[in-house]
Amino acid sequence: MTARLLTLEVNGTTHHIAARDHATLLEVLREDLGLTGTKHGCELGECGACTVLVDGAPWLSCLTVAREAEGRRVTTIEGLAKGPEPHPLQVAFADLGAAQCGYCTPGVLMSASSLLETDPVPTTQQIKEALAGNLCRCTGYIKIIEAVHLAAERAGAASGPGTGGAS
Amino acid sequence: MRLPPFTFLEPATLAEATKMLADQGPAATTVAGGTDLYPNLKRRQSSPKTLVSLRRVDGLRGIRANGSGTTIGATTTLGEVAAAEVLPGAIRDAAGFVSSPQIRNVGTIGGNLCVDTRCDYINQNEEWRRAVDFCLKDRGEICWVAPRSSHCWAVSSTDIAPVAIALEAEIRLASVGGERVIPAEALYRDDGIEWLTRAPDEILTEIVVPGGNGMRATYRKVRRRGTIDFPILGVAVAVDVDGGGECTSARIVLGAIASAPVRASEAEEFLAGKRLSDEVIEETARLAGKAARPQDNTDLNSRYRKRMVPVEVGRALRSLA
Amino acid sequence: MTATAPRGVVGRPWRKVDALGSATGRAVYADDMYLPGMLIGKQLHSIHAHALIRGIDTSQAEALDGVHAVLTGADLPVAYGIFPVSQDEHALAVERVRYVGEPVVAVAAVDEETAERALALVEVVYEPLPEVTTYEAALAEDGPRIHGEGTGANIHRSNAFEFGDVAEGFSVADHVREDVLFYSGNNHAAMEQHAAVAEMGSDGRLTLWTSTQVPHYVHRTLEKVLEMPAGHIRVIAPAVGGGFGGKTDPFSHEITASKLAMVTGRPVKITLTREEVFYAHRGRHPVLMWVRTGFTADGRITAMHFRSLLDGGAYGSYGAATTLYTGALQTTTYRIPAYRFEGVRVFTNKPPCGPKRGHGTPQPRFALEVHLDKAADDLGIDPVELRLRNAVEPFSETVNHLRITSSGLRECIEEVTRASGFAEQRGKLPRGRGLGFAIGAYMSGAGLPIYWNDMPQSEVQLKVDRGGGVTVYSMAADVGQGSTSVLAAIVAEVLGLEAADLSLVTADTDLTPIDLGSYSSRVTFMAGNAALEAATKLRAMVFDAVAAHLEVPADSLVAAERRVGVDGDPERSVPWSEAVRLAAAAFGPLTASGAYTPPDLAGPYKGSGVGPSPAYSYSACVAAVACDPETGVVAVEKVWMAHDVGRSINPLLVEGQIEGSVHMALGEVFSEEQAFRGGMHIGPSLLDYKIPSILEMPPVESILIETVDPEGPFGAKEAGQGPLLPVLPAIANAIHDALGIRVDELPITPWKVLQAVRDLERGGDGRVGPAGLPDVPFREPLRVELPQQWQEVAAP
Ligand SMILES: Cc1cc2nc3c(=O)[nH]c(=O)nc-3n(C[C@H](O)[C@H](O)[C@H](O)COP(=O)(O)OP(=O)(O)OC[C@H]3O[C@@H](n4cnc5c(N)ncnc54)[C@H](O)[C@@H]3O)c2cc1C
Ligand code: FES
Ligand code: FES
Repeated sequence: MTARLLTLEVNGTTHHIAARDHATLLEVLREDLGLTGTKHGCELGECGACTVLVDGAPWLSCLTVAREAEGRRVTTIEGLAKGPEPHPLQVAFADLGAAQCGYCTPGVLMSASSLLETDPVPTTQQIKEALAGNLCRCTGYIKIIEAVHLAAERAGAASGPGTGGAS
Repeated sequence: MRLPPFTFLEPATLAEATKMLADQGPAATTVAGGTDLYPNLKRRQSSPKTLVSLRRVDGLRGIRANGSGTTIGATTTLGEVAAAEVLPGAIRDAAGFVSSPQIRNVGTIGGNLCVDTRCDYINQNEEWRRAVDFCLKDRGEICWVAPRSSHCWAVSSTDIAPVAIALEAEIRLASVGGERVIPAEALYRDDGIEWLTRAPDEILTEIVVPGGNGMRATYRKVRRRGTIDFPILGVAVAVDVDGGGECTSARIVLGAIASAPVRASEAEEFLAGKRLSDEVIEETARLAGKAARPQDNTDLNSRYRKRMVPVEVGRALRSLA
Repeated sequence: MTATAPRGVVGRPWRKVDALGSATGRAVYADDMYLPGMLIGKQLHSIHAHALIRGIDTSQAEALDGVHAVLTGADLPVAYGIFPVSQDEHALAVERVRYVGEPVVAVAAVDEETAERALALVEVVYEPLPEVTTYEAALAEDGPRIHGEGTGANIHRSNAFEFGDVAEGFSVADHVREDVLFYSGNNHAAMEQHAAVAEMGSDGRLTLWTSTQVPHYVHRTLEKVLEMPAGHIRVIAPAVGGGFGGKTDPFSHEITASKLAMVTGRPVKITLTREEVFYAHRGRHPVLMWVRTGFTADGRITAMHFRSLLDGGAYGSYGAATTLYTGALQTTTYRIPAYRFEGVRVFTNKPPCGPKRGHGTPQPRFALEVHLDKAADDLGIDPVELRLRNAVEPFSETVNHLRITSSGLRECIEEVTRASGFAEQRGKLPRGRGLGFAIGAYMSGAGLPIYWNDMPQSEVQLKVDRGGGVTVYSMAADVGQGSTSVLAAIVAEVLGLEAADLSLVTADTDLTPIDLGSYSSRVTFMAGNAALEAATKLRAMVFDAVAAHLEVPADSLVAAERRVGVDGDPERSVPWSEAVRLAAAAFGPLTASGAYTPPDLAGPYKGSGVGPSPAYSYSACVAAVACDPETGVVAVEKVWMAHDVGRSINPLLVEGQIEGSVHMALGEVFSEEQAFRGGMHIGPSLLDYKIPSILEMPPVESILIETVDPEGPFGAKEAGQGPLLPVLPAIANAIHDALGIRVDELPITPWKVLQAVRDLERGGDGRVGPAGLPDVPFREPLRVELPQQWQEVAAP
């Protein structure tokens, strides 16, 4: 199988690389682009560790042929923060100990950030549903749920009164 | 785990796609979301030379309501189906029950209807399967589930199919030779190896869900966790109820219990013309249980799954009463 | 160590050091390493549960373009094993394979696909042998032996002890009860699959980065198997994505990656697939247990006899200890005046079992707590009251010679039952809903090291730079539990700094002083004490210099808020950076080291090395369940856990350990099972091996009890494993409360629940579980003299 040119927009940067057709997005991110923040726990779609955003929606990079991501916006954990300041979710996860070994964390954060984009003040049930495809072995998920709430709260407070912080 | 090498084709139109499939012959496989196909390829359940991706085919994605019902394009994602208010609740629920949010963002309804049959002995890595000398479904001589069987018992594991059948949906297939429309039920065959009646060069383009007046339907799914897991029993029930509260007809479809969705015909016939009283529900459920003959090749055991048929059918009917 | 009251970081909830590392994707795990010229290694595994290897032909694989090396067992002939008594493993199978999935051949190639293609070209000729996969087959005298030649029972370990006169204890009992329970095997399933990267330097030194909990033991194993001086080998644990005991053995892939790097001269990475993780295993042993206890009419235990039969899988691993652990800690919660334990571990043709969170103690704890719940019913005594009547007193000694120091068991019981409303609600909820209760205890580090030595178990070094920055060196590997942060907190507390002021260098056999590793919940206690000693020594130097400068006595000084000065007199103080300069001028190099060696706690008998710990944590748990009697599905609605952690150095971390323990217990009780058909793993994947998702996880109310242990650093004890223990029996007991049934066999599947319900409806006892133990040739017990304290009790 010969490699072909692959053009991917990842975290706002366009990359041109040579890739074989059967390369997955996970492999290209980690091996060709050096973006090792995206993890893998199964490579079969069963754990969520490899979650990235494609056009803003959580996808499993282990089950995505890299070519399918052409022409779409890919966001990985490395691109979650806009600039040097960490994303509010990252801060909340650090503050509450929502990452223990941290291995599931990038995937969890990608799913959670997509949730906050659509539901800035999610209920616990919404958080659970949004994270239902991300397995975590360390935390029992409890601090994860609390951290998503906290990030939402802080974002609400930061964007001023009347923007839906309280509910 | 790596995918096997293949050429990835991304046609832009249906005509291109069907032509590619026809040209490539059996060495090509269609792929939509890939959430079923890719894990199977990683496990080397097959190694097609070419994949024809439907994801960029124009006009295959979207939900359109028209006079007689609703048409769902084959590459509409399960997430979109689950969120579509124009659709009956049963099909939305079934789509929402599939695996995880990530998979529903990518997995399509067409792919779901065509999803490969599953079994403890086939959904394993190549090395594992080599250790048992493979099985009927791929390279082997024996069905390990039923060693004396000449046919493969892999399980139909789609969540949508039972609902599609219960709702009397129709399916449109296209190939270079033209198009045909078949009832959803006619898509399936009770054979773990050849589980679809679709020809290899046919593309499922859409599913048409009729807008039944007075029809009530529901879908229930049994699995170990509230997410990620495939069904180990799916129960779709649709009843047409007349003004007087009588069931004029009913469709009770069991998923994940055989290589194809199973109609509980005896139960359906019993229910027709009756009201959904407690006694009627109980008897219908009992009769539905007779239709199920699961094997021990999924999570939990076959006796449990069989035992759950009347329980879940009963609950489904009660929720419709 | 003195337990001075903390006034700085200790006890406060604060962010782990580098908490943002993983949250930003910047933490580097072993598989994230890509070194220049790196090759990818892959292993070929046995496809037989038991077979002789008659030949291996690697010539075609070697000839494949892109392949740099192919190894077989002949290239790594030295046997190893984590325990000195069990040197029974080879990095690649030699002559015989003993389970499906055992590594047989390894290749290094330019990429993963080439490596896989190479493996497909290897031909291995096997001569299958009869496989041994059940207890009965393993015990059969006429069956094949898995280790050694010919036929015979496959008994790996056999232990038996009697403490006090058990026959006498039963004879005075008013009520005697027997139960048989089974605890199924399960896997740690850390989210990170094991990975190792090896590189041979141009200086002839080998470096291995590996996801391990025990760099030191990996180091020792490499020294032995590679036949290389330890000083030429460096083992580093980078960020580790969870362990739970699954990364505490030296593994085949670590050794083969090293050897491949040596023979190819290129860095080599081997990352296990999820399936390979299930084969590497070392998970919870399946244990079949029988327990018999005598009680007085008012519920006091007069004697206990406990038997366990462990299915160890194909190799020894930690099994010698596990076997003993299934009998050792029963006495740490209950005052048992006469105790007999018999345990046997058998070999079978399955992946080797080892230590998983709670190492050998969750199984007997499950059995014991269910057994006592039933006994309470028999006796008509409230189950909580029964526990309280038998609860071990603080600062006592058990009949099997375990020294108990601080114990918050009573407080835990009282707090957890109060918070959950246990007394008001148990037995009074509608059918299908129930509450269950259980307790547990666990070690804060094993008193004895794995290989006998009289050196410290933990050492910590501190180095101060001229600007005041403090670097902490420790070999302890943080596997997510936050051990590095605990060390940082202790040092920061003593020096009056913030954890963020410290630089932490950990888990590197070249740079850091010994720590035996992150197992047996030992790091907070042992490395923590070493850190405390080092920091205290350093502070003494600083205080001396500052005292001279301020012309005050050194013992009037305190270090707080980044200053050193007279307690309560901010005027007379200097900033830390200044204090450090003064000390360097006075003493030269500002370094300090501390060490921790546990007190000699072993009892006066062989086998007493397993069980002693400098301190035990205690937990009490209540679980609320909702059961559906028609489907057999059980949902856990809430868990309350009171845990005596001695002192919580960081409550966030302690709560995190409790919540994670509940999660893991939930999986073990309902859905996780390392299950086999014959020698074939039924589902070596995260789809088939069912870890609870966020939807299954109930709310957890954690209650932290602080008993301030006299020997723990600031009084701290463990929290990482103990809280798992009572969850399983609490849930099983809650199911009994809900439906009147007993499922005495894990996992408690919906099917078993239904069977038990049906049995009850048909007038049976509503129990599903094993009938008894097979015929096990337990040995005659070693009769051990009673501890002094008990001799007085025993004397009438
Ligand atoms: C961990 C995990 C859990 C899962 N759980 C569930 C579950 O609970 N329930 C469930 O139903 N499924 C489940 N799935 C399977 C799968 O994700 C879904 O069924 C999904 O809807 C498949 O859609 P897809 O577009 O990704 O299919 P693909 O993988 O793209 O295709 C599946 C099959 O259908 C064929 N195909 C796809 N589209 C067409 C078309 N338009 N015309 C003709 N042939 C076509 C392909 O050739 C392939 O054989 C799970 C998968 C994983 C990995
Ligand atoms: S690695 Fe993609 S889902 Fe597990
Ligand atoms: S923090 Fe370790 S897996 Fe989630």
